[in-house]
Amino acid sequence: MNMKVLLDYDSCHGHQMCAIAAPEVFGSDEIGNAKVLITGEIPAALHVKVRRAESNCPERAITIIE
Amino acid sequence: MTDTQKPVTDITTDYDIFAPDFIKNPYPGYTEIRESQCPIAHTERYEGSWLPTRYDDVVAIAQEYETFTSRQILVMPPAAGRSEGPYAAVGAPPITSDPPDHHWHRRLILPVFAPQAVAQYEPGTRDLCNALIDEFIDKGVADAASDYAQHIPVRVISKMLGVPLTMEDEFTDWVRGALENITDAERRIKSFRSIVEYFIGEVQSRAANPREDDFITQLMNTEVEGKKVPIEYVLGVCNLMLVAGIDTTWSAIGSCMWHMAQHPEHRKQLRENPDLWPTAVEELLRVYAPVTMARIVDHDIEFQGCPMKAGDRVLMAFPAANRDPRQFENPDEVILDRQNNRHVAFGSGIHRCAGSNLARLELRVALQTWLERIPEFELIDPSSVTWAGGQVHGPRKCMVKF
Repeated sequence: MNMKVLLDYDSCHGHQMCAIAAPEVFGSDEIGNAKVLITGEIPAALHVKVRRAESNCPERAITIIE
Repeated sequence: MTDTQKPVTDITTDYDIFAPDFIKNPYPGYTEIRESQCPIAHTERYEGSWLPTRYDDVVAIAQEYETFTSRQILVMPPAAGRSEGPYAAVGAPPITSDPPDHHWHRRLILPVFAPQAVAQYEPGTRDLCNALIDEFIDKGVADAASDYAQHIPVRVISKMLGVPLTMEDEFTDWVRGALENITDAERRIKSFRSIVEYFIGEVQSRAANPREDDFITQLMNTEVEGKKVPIEYVLGVCNLMLVAGIDTTWSAIGSCMWHMAQHPEHRKQLRENPDLWPTAVEELLRVYAPVTMARIVDHDIEFQGCPMKAGDRVLMAFPAANRDPRQFENPDEVILDRQNNRHVAFGSGIHRCAGSNLARLELRVALQTWLERIPEFELIDPSSVTWAGGQVHGPRKCMVKF
């Protein structure tokens, strides 16, 4: 199954829960807001972590496309 | 009788966040309100306030910053006399700011608290935790709150600000006066003035003798649209660092120590599986979220059937939201590897706690260091644990033996 992530940067307020759940896919920009590190296809091995990143974001700023 | 002495008759119409039972353990009260016909409770005490307890309501209010403003953010009305004096306008930006100023107030401090920026404080935090433990490890007993948790954030923040560690006792006393004993108006005002006066001195000494690489100096030199930021902003951020960075994190560390003292199975789980730390820290933050903030209603509005008036105070009970069964399965249970955890211990929306990454780091390092050196410990007498509550919830005396 293919998977990509979309971040709604305007909704992100820098909780960093995504980076805690999936540090390979989400990082932090200069002000501590989320930064997507893998903009293309997410490797299958990281799918579980990405789903957790989505389900831990208090701002619901992450959308998974598959 | 004062507001704190009248017995509560109906918690949904007469709650008292400073009642002794509520300070000690607010969760049964939150549950009673949340599962009642009035999940947004109201009280006339302390000049009146609303108390939403469901996750969706708390988050919706946090998001609607134009309707629910941050003109005041304490759970009590300002003490009379607070608005007097030359620096009465000093707040605690950005938590006390509303847009449009909120944007630059916040933007200026966020880089200092980004995860990659706070990582530099980890070794120093570990050293100070070890130094605290050295003081009592041979005694076999310690107060996990006042010998340990209480000293960690104040020292981290002092170092960050570039002020002497010898100020620890004063800072602790001022912060408690500003946040914990807030039914004592005189102490509140005195604490606020002490904080502002202290930082006026620090600013003046830096103006006379500039320093390099010091947070207060950096703040003083910050420019917005070609002009240096006003002194009120510099003092306000210093105030914020104390009032938002000390009592809150120390309360969270203390609550987690109290939890760990009673849960050998969780200590074992973390020892055997250190990969659990990231989710464990978030879970402990969910269950023991220390902070309740307030908002002031901007204009008359009916919110979820509640007739809120302009000027009404709304208490953002993040600890109540974090235990809403509509959002979290088995909400009162600590599940260290909880997978779905959209907790709001740090709030939600534009006022999300700016220091959250530092707080997480301190909490994790404090627990890890203790558990490495004192893997087995227990409460000496559960009934002797004392708590602070209202604005910030956490233990103040918590004797353990090992």
